[in-house]
Amino acid sequence: MGRYVVRRLLQMIPVFVGATLLIFLMVNVMGDPIAGLCGERACDPATAAQLKKEFGLDKPVWQQYLTYMGNVFTGDFGTAFNGQPVTELMSTAFPVTIRLTVVAILFEIVIGITLGVVTGLRRGRPVDTGVLLATLVVISVPTFVTGLLLQLLLGVEWGWIKPSVSPDAPFGQLIVPGLVLASVSLAYVTRLTRTSIAENKRSDYVRTAVAKGLPRRRVITRHLLRNSLIPVVTFIGTDIGALMGGAIVTERIFNIHGVGYQLYQGILRQNTQTVVGFVTVLVLVFLVANLLVDLLYAVLDPRIRYA
Amino acid sequence: MPEQPFEPDRVIAGTGAGGAMDLATSEAQTLERTPGGPLGTGPAARPRSLWSDAWRDLRRNPVFVISALVILFLVVISLWPSLIASGSPLQCNLAKAQEGSQPGAPFGYDGQGCNVYTRTVYGARTSVTVGVCATLGVALLGSVLGGLAGFFGGFWDSVLSRITDVFFAIPVVLGGLVLLSVVTSNTVWPVIGFMVLLGWPQISRIARGSVITAKQNDYVQAARALGASDSRILLRHIAPNAVAPVIVVATIALGTYIALEATLSYLGVGLKPPSVSWGIDISAASPYIRNAPHALLWPSGALALTVLAFIMLGDAVRDALDPKLR
Repeated sequence: MGRYVVRRLLQMIPVFVGATLLIFLMVNVMGDPIAGLCGERACDPATAAQLKKEFGLDKPVWQQYLTYMGNVFTGDFGTAFNGQPVTELMSTAFPVTIRLTVVAILFEIVIGITLGVVTGLRRGRPVDTGVLLATLVVISVPTFVTGLLLQLLLGVEWGWIKPSVSPDAPFGQLIVPGLVLASVSLAYVTRLTRTSIAENKRSDYVRTAVAKGLPRRRVITRHLLRNSLIPVVTFIGTDIGALMGGAIVTERIFNIHGVGYQLYQGILRQNTQTVVGFVTVLVLVFLVANLLVDLLYAVLDPRIRYA
Repeated sequence: MPEQPFEPDRVIAGTGAGGAMDLATSEAQTLERTPGGPLGTGPAARPRSLWSDAWRDLRRNPVFVISALVILFLVVISLWPSLIASGSPLQCNLAKAQEGSQPGAPFGYDGQGCNVYTRTVYGARTSVTVGVCATLGVALLGSVLGGLAGFFGGFWDSVLSRITDVFFAIPVVLGGLVLLSVVTSNTVWPVIGFMVLLGWPQISRIARGSVITAKQNDYVQAARALGASDSRILLRHIAPNAVAPVIVVATIALGTYIALEATLSYLGVGLKPPSVSWGIDISAASPYIRNAPHALLWPSGALALTVLAFIMLGDAVRDALDPKLR
């Protein structure tokens, strides 16, 4: 187990370096990091040169990258456009987005897996067809459309929720945004669970369990579900990273001041430090979530052992 | 070493930051081709290939027929939008802003007084162009790179796998925002280029996996024993037997690329206002959502219907090509 974790951590290094380098190059080479500092006007050449020297931007890109990563590992993510340290922005933004992601994942697990089990066990029946059609519709409507429509209906027309979320974003106000964020993945979780359950339903161990005289409930929860969850867990685990990155759209619609909001502002104002800093953390979250998923396999399926 | 009874790549292949594209990937993993060929239904019966079997199933599948008709309609109106819409989508009259349905403008007018019906019809062209071109690019690049890596294996295969890992770690919308926010050109090409750049690893994983599966088949060994060259084995024996999962994933991905273009345009980094796109229209309509919801609902409906048609088509094709469901 320990050796496996160490090996996986080592394997994460090239992916981490590659992904952050890619984002670093995109932001640095394609945009002009100085342009954002002089506001709407263009910087005059002398100031630009001085700023570039100050931030080390006159050095080659690889050297800038190394300096930046060196700073990151000592906990220094640089400063944002308004002079605030990026770490300070993160400490206000990440808790909000983490709450939003938790709400979304809970929706995926509770509704997605339940619907998947129900339809998987009744494959071909009206319930199954109905849910399957519903998932197709949910997948086809892009998140921003779902979000705008729910905001219009629940927030503006019926007044059930506040159309925009307050800055401290308590869990109660994040329920609908969380559902919107989860919607597409929710449909995928339902379909994955359904496929997996329907496939495993015919397996020998289920027949054995039924033949032993176990109650149906126990067969489903202990034998069938546990064995069917591996692809679902893989999906949900990798979805954590995607949800946090994809929150840009949801956070924009409901005016939530989380990671997506800060990233969007950072990109619009060409603030390199904010964008690279946040993306670096997101990539780390994605990689760690993937590692945890792989370790969860062993819990779900005892045949998998990490020596 | 972990003792794993399954091949790790196969399980992990269904993952990624692509969000909407993941399911297609993981479901396509179950699509394993059995070597095609005569099944021996009697000496007189002509051997049916997987493709003719699949085509026979598809023609009888109402889901396929309906989605194919919707797609055909979309392609026709994106080639000749003036067939069903008169006037220009850029001709707007502020005096008519936010007005509802009336003769000549069945969908009403938006906040700028543009005819929503005309703009919705003309918006199809953007979506179909982006979807088709991005999918072609992704499918070509991904299947060539993935196929070669799977066939030859070795050093470059590992390099390619690590590169795809890197791309999967970057959230798609985020990458789009970063890359496209600095593009000033207002055409569909930067958007398509971005999708190809970030989308190929998904197809490349599928292609690699299915080439590796096909490579182990006896007929490949037989061809090799007969002295066939690598290129002949790849093109004549492996490619036709490994292409099914790629087609399925690409069809479903086409729908998600259309949705992605609209999302990027909504965020203000895809296409920008003088262009006509459903994403732009939805974004422009959202401030007037209270007074003129029709300006938001029609383009949203068109967008959803288009994406739905492509996803259902992909679903139907997968069911037809998956021998396990027979």
